[in-house]
Amino acid sequence: MMKTIPISKFKNFAHKKTIDLSEKTLDNKNKLATFFRDVSDVALFIVNVVKNTFSRGFEFHEFLKQCFQIGNKSLPLISITGVVIGLVLTIQSRPVLVNFGAVTMLPGMVAISIIREMGPVITALICAGKIGSGIGAELGSMRVTEQIDAMEVSSTNPVRFLIVPRVLATTLMIPLLTLYADALGVLGSWVASNIKGDVSFILFVSQAFGDVDFMDFIPAVIKSFFFGAVIGLVGCYKGFNAGRGTESVGKAANSAVVISSLLVILVDLIAVQITDLL
Amino acid sequence: MKKDTTQHKDTIIKIDNLKIQFGSLEVLKDISLELYKGENLVVLGKSGSGKSVLIKCIVQLLKANEGTINVQGQEINSLKSKDLDNIREKIGFLFQSGALYDSMTVRQNLAFPLKRIKKDLTEEQIEAKIIETLENVGLPDVIDKMPSELSGGMRKRISLARTIIVDPSIMLYDEPTTGLDPVTSDEISNLINDIQKKYKTSSIIITHDIECAKAVANRIVMLNDGKIYKEGTLAEFEKSKDELVHSFFKN
Repeated sequence: MMKTIPISKFKNFAHKKTIDLSEKTLDNKNKLATFFRDVSDVALFIVNVVKNTFSRGFEFHEFLKQCFQIGNKSLPLISITGVVIGLVLTIQSRPVLVNFGAVTMLPGMVAISIIREMGPVITALICAGKIGSGIGAELGSMRVTEQIDAMEVSSTNPVRFLIVPRVLATTLMIPLLTLYADALGVLGSWVASNIKGDVSFILFVSQAFGDVDFMDFIPAVIKSFFFGAVIGLVGCYKGFNAGRGTESVGKAANSAVVISSLLVILVDLIAVQITDLL
Repeated sequence: MKKDTTQHKDTIIKIDNLKIQFGSLEVLKDISLELYKGENLVVLGKSGSGKSVLIKCIVQLLKANEGTINVQGQEINSLKSKDLDNIREKIGFLFQSGALYDSMTVRQNLAFPLKRIKKDLTEEQIEAKIIETLENVGLPDVIDKMPSELSGGMRKRISLARTIIVDPSIMLYDEPTTGLDPVTSDEISNLINDIQKKYKTSSIIITHDIECAKAVANRIVMLNDGKIYKEGTLAEFEKSKDELVHSFFKN
């Protein structure tokens, strides 16, 4: 015999389900609203930075200072990274090329890999870690200790003084660091070639650059400008919008590194697709 | 008790029905007060009663939800950024933490607002002004030091120097003696009085340090639960039988 459910029980069950469903909808709605608010905040931030870049009163002295901080102080790290990329690529590729009897192709192959991809991306990722976290932590601690507020009340636009010079400095310095890393990568490759063989530097360089086209350089340099802009913008956005507590400084630095590294890889993907179409 | 040095009751700042809330938390519920020319107005209150929020609204670091703030006859909520900058140039704001720029020396910290607000000054004039202001706060020897090399009291003094170097007509002090020993607190209170006399400033001093309030106040306003709880002179507060007022003044 079928068991009948009292109507009151069914009503309670339906009522509870409706409440659960409405709470879930509200929760999703809030998440969606937060997401769109964040997107609009980022868009407004970028518009504000662009507007202040082209307005009067450019802080040239601060820009030069940031170029020095970002460019010059990253040289040791980029030097080591550049040489190691060249060394590793050559040591890994050489046995395969020897098997095929194509060892003379080694310099050209390594040079193209470094110039097109390894140099720009590895430099950008290293800089996302060093520079992105530095900017995020510096601006975050300035926010927490009310230094940005102090700037604002003394009639100084903090976007113009703090953010524009940093974003422009990263945008200009990352391509230069990339070219420097490329050169050291080729040098590292020559050193590695001489571990098991004997190649003169001039012969190695002429073989390496004999295979490299001008069109290998241009897209790589252009994409490193974008990498620089991404690292600067993300670091500045995260630091400038840090919360009030000291823990937010760590959060700002951390998320600056994570987000800018991820964006560097995404921008690289888009850049490769565009280059492929050309 | 300090004498009331206010000669004319010209209103410098007039706040009407100010309300501000963060999310669902109402911090200031309905604040109306006036700052008169040449006076030191002390705003007392428990931590979290909205004192700092009040002065941050005056310089528009925080935006009020409702109400008006008139500074020297201009309603600041509706000002454009350039006009707001003009008003901010007349206001000196001493932050609770000092807010000295970590990456700059004391000289660069003092030169920073001076170069931006008084653009017609030469390098020599800027240097002379920095030295004069440092002498006024009693620290002429730290000019080339970094903020991290200074003690808490020294940082507060340098911060005060950076604020007064542009000759503001209005001073807003956010907890000027918090975290300082009694001797340094007295020195800072004396400095606030010196600034009032020398620069003819009208000031709002946010504090819960009763000794500082006694030393500098021409008039006192007490905030509680986001509203003005009591307003009057120091003598009126000291005589008050009210429990909350008494808990501040019992010592």
